[in-house]
Amino acid sequence: MTILPTPAPAPWGSAGAAPLLDVEDLHVEFRTRSGVVNAVNGVSYTLAEGETLAILGESGSGKSVSAQAIMGILDSPPAEITGGKIWFEGRDLLTLPAEEQRLVRGPGISMIFQDALSSLNPVYSVGFQIGEMFRAHRGTSRKEAKQKAIELMDRVRIPAAAQRVNDYPHQFSGGMRQRVMIAMAIALDPRILIADEPTTALDVTVQAQVMDLLKDLQRDTGMGLVLITHDLGVVNEVADNVAVMYAGRIVERGTVTDVFSNPGHPYTEGLMSSVPQVESDGGRLVPITGQPPNLSAIPSGCPFHPRCPRRRLGAQALPGRDCAGDVPPLRLVVPGREAACHYSEEVLGV
Amino acid sequence: MSEDVAGSLPTPEDVLPNVPEGAPLLEVKDLKKYFPLTQGILFKKTIGHVRAVDGVNVSLRRGETLGLVGESGCGKSTVSKLLVALEKPSDGQILYKGKDVAKMGGRALKQYRREVQIIFQDPYASLNPRMTVGDIVAEGWSVHADIAPRKGRLQRTQELMDRVGLNPDFVNRYPHQFSGGQRQRIGIARALALQPEVIICDEPVSALDVSVQAQVVNLLEDLQDDFGLSYLFIAHDLSVVRHISDRVAVMYLGSIVEQGTASQVYGSPSHPYTQALLSSVPVHQPALRGLKERILLQGDVPSPANPPSGCRFRTRCWKAQDICAVEPPALVDRGQGHPSACHFAEAREVVPVDVE
Amino acid sequence: MTDQQQKDLQHDEVQAGTTTGLAAPSVDVTSSRQNSLWSDAWGQLRRSAIFWTGAVLGVIFVSMALFPSLFARGVDPRDCDLANSKGTPSAAHWLGFDQQGCDYLANVVYGARNSLLIGVLGVLGVLLLGVVVGAIAGFYGRLTDSVLSRIADIFYALPLILGALVLLRVGPSTGLPVISERGPGAVAVALAAFGWMTAMRLVRSQVIAVKSSDYVAAARAMGASDFRILVRHILPNAVAPVLVYATITIGVLIAAEATLTFLGVGLQPPAISWGLQIAQGQSLLRTAPHLVLFPSIILTLTVMAFILMGDALRDALDPRQRS
Repeated sequence: MTILPTPAPAPWGSAGAAPLLDVEDLHVEFRTRSGVVNAVNGVSYTLAEGETLAILGESGSGKSVSAQAIMGILDSPPAEITGGKIWFEGRDLLTLPAEEQRLVRGPGISMIFQDALSSLNPVYSVGFQIGEMFRAHRGTSRKEAKQKAIELMDRVRIPAAAQRVNDYPHQFSGGMRQRVMIAMAIALDPRILIADEPTTALDVTVQAQVMDLLKDLQRDTGMGLVLITHDLGVVNEVADNVAVMYAGRIVERGTVTDVFSNPGHPYTEGLMSSVPQVESDGGRLVPITGQPPNLSAIPSGCPFHPRCPRRRLGAQALPGRDCAGDVPPLRLVVPGREAACHYSEEVLGV
Repeated sequence: MSEDVAGSLPTPEDVLPNVPEGAPLLEVKDLKKYFPLTQGILFKKTIGHVRAVDGVNVSLRRGETLGLVGESGCGKSTVSKLLVALEKPSDGQILYKGKDVAKMGGRALKQYRREVQIIFQDPYASLNPRMTVGDIVAEGWSVHADIAPRKGRLQRTQELMDRVGLNPDFVNRYPHQFSGGQRQRIGIARALALQPEVIICDEPVSALDVSVQAQVVNLLEDLQDDFGLSYLFIAHDLSVVRHISDRVAVMYLGSIVEQGTASQVYGSPSHPYTQALLSSVPVHQPALRGLKERILLQGDVPSPANPPSGCRFRTRCWKAQDICAVEPPALVDRGQGHPSACHFAEAREVVPVDVE
Repeated sequence: MTDQQQKDLQHDEVQAGTTTGLAAPSVDVTSSRQNSLWSDAWGQLRRSAIFWTGAVLGVIFVSMALFPSLFARGVDPRDCDLANSKGTPSAAHWLGFDQQGCDYLANVVYGARNSLLIGVLGVLGVLLLGVVVGAIAGFYGRLTDSVLSRIADIFYALPLILGALVLLRVGPSTGLPVISERGPGAVAVALAAFGWMTAMRLVRSQVIAVKSSDYVAAARAMGASDFRILVRHILPNAVAPVLVYATITIGVLIAAEATLTFLGVGLQPPAISWGLQIAQGQSLLRTAPHLVLFPSIILTLTVMAFILMGDALRDALDPRQRS
């Protein structure tokens, strides 16, 4: 047994100078038979070296789609990137030809997914699949690749790596499979790791192990980590900064400590009060009313306004700030905190 | 509600008489379920057993919520299937109102199936896609015709839909036209239609979005207050279980390792597994971040087909001694005020106390 | 706020549904009728152009089978004159003449009865055997499933035509009611007896999938009987793919009848069927192509009619397909 203290969070914007990744006003649509689904509607964020940025949102908030757009793994059609820029290593990935995009992304940005079993090929041993990364990108020999695979399996703390290198994915537990995925993702020393709900399918004790592993790897390599999740607790314990997404937009952004102690957007506020906490049995939960929006018919104005307890409509609204008519931009409300709400100051109580 | 079915027909109370106040409504004694492991295609040979549930003891009183927590593969879902008589126990008893469910015949079993209902985890798989919501909610009345006379069924259906927070006008819609949370409400209405005493909630909110989970949790709480329902709330989400449960039982590898009131189990867990489990749950308050010590367990859960001797948890336990491999610890109070199945039970605070 | 915005807002709130604000139930019964899958399916079919195209074609061919004289322009198909042998289509005789000098339009029209009878009866037999055996095998599983599936495997090993050929060959000597007389009934029985296995496998796999679903578990936990679960939950979900298969099979069976005839065990002249016409026309393909062309066109249209109807029905029975 080991007892590990949770590392202290890095303050907002303190990690590194120039951002590793800069996403600007990203738009993604899905063109389906039944209409256009606006999955991502103007998402912008930056990721610095050594930073952990959590993208927090529910299903359909566009958090995964925006990550897939960065990775260039959207199925197109139906998906189409209709606008925006993705700056990585001084180049806008979206303007590069497909082949060059692959060369830039390949070793630089990697991604792990929620479902490790379906991400691994069942007919190859895990060692072969990890080694494949070296053979494909570095032209390493078969023998050397296997040796590297064992080293990586050791690094992601798979016990008895040398013996298990020839085992097949189904012979591993869920947590171990996720480690194999992580080993493949870090094989080429990426600058950025995107983790899409990496622990959602795992049990809570295994989740803690995997999150610790990711944090340690990040500390060792200084890579930037984009953590996509719907779990407020995971965000609180792991991330430095958080971007809350709703209906394909970022509605609030800031350091985790700031956002969680005093939310600046009614949606974040609603999330905080609707989720039970393990540290208290609390009183009655205060749910957010209604259902998440249909992305092919996003409400006018602020997309959250039909569910918002603080909305101001018509005569109640300040000029140009009608929640049902005017789209609130993501703006700096107080230093270090941005929110897309016309009345964010009220929410914050400043 | 069913005044017109009195008369000569036996009332539910004749078939399954009520228990006295304070006595457990549902009592599970040393429940076991072994699934045979077979080999061969035509001539199947049993080569062993998966001990999915291996000696579970719990009881549920009227109006109470018992939380059953554990990680995947611990057997909690098998317990739910055993309780609604979808599986037969290999050994042990389920006593409902003092009667052994395995020995119930015809009418009593039918009454049991009416009074003990289940809500499933996956709201997409638990509703027949080719039935209207009205048909789904009213289905139980075709089986238990005495609850609702045929004539007023549509109105009763709509009342139920309204009660669980669905628009009654949607009675003719199909499940795919609803969101996950709304579908879960349909599943709740289907269970409520039979006027149950006990509802087995098998991960009822795990598949829902966080903002919708709270709506369903609140609905379940309201229904409990209104109808005096008893819940067995099975989940892996320790935060939700703490919120909704009066008492909590923690399961590991087929048996219960610790049991007590929610504040006992969360506030002073005494079994090492409970401690490790609770220490792994991320806290939500930034002020508590980093204050919590994390107990990281080594290795994986052993296979239930070949569980360790003695204490099931000993292979991953930092307190294990020789005795743990020999003698399975009984689930008894070891001086912590609540039962714990550990030879070296010792209360320890792992969840930081709420600062607010 | 504009009207549009107000409407959007209302719409969103309806979408959102009411929340846990739980007032005492006060429900106005707004719809006096409760829909079922079948009434909804009919409502959907009524609005389907595909269904109506198929249905109109189907009605034409069925009435052709029932009242052939109406379509044959009053000509007797057996009123032949060898002088007209293989005559090409003309204004008086739209489809020309066959080798015997009989009016071909009359022959094609009179062939509808036997061909449809064989196709439809054969498919009903296939469906009956396939759904019953498949449902039993899938639902009860274990030994029942093993035995029934192995039996199906044995039948699979016999080619459809070969099996039907043997059955029809020995049929007359058995003295059994339908089999012994070599009519359309016997052909339909022979084809169904050796063609049910695919339908059975389709139903079986669907039943197994649906059987383990949570909604079946929910019904079981409520105390619903096996029969109720089969009829209400399993079959409606299992039958849809079989329906499509069945409509295609109608055409396959009508064509199989032609092969059997060609081999000398199907219908024999003077019986009239499309299969016979196609079989006989094949040898004259170079000199009189219309003898193959016309019955083939009609056969194709018939099969299409059933496929269109089957397709529309499958969609109608799947609420997820509806807008």
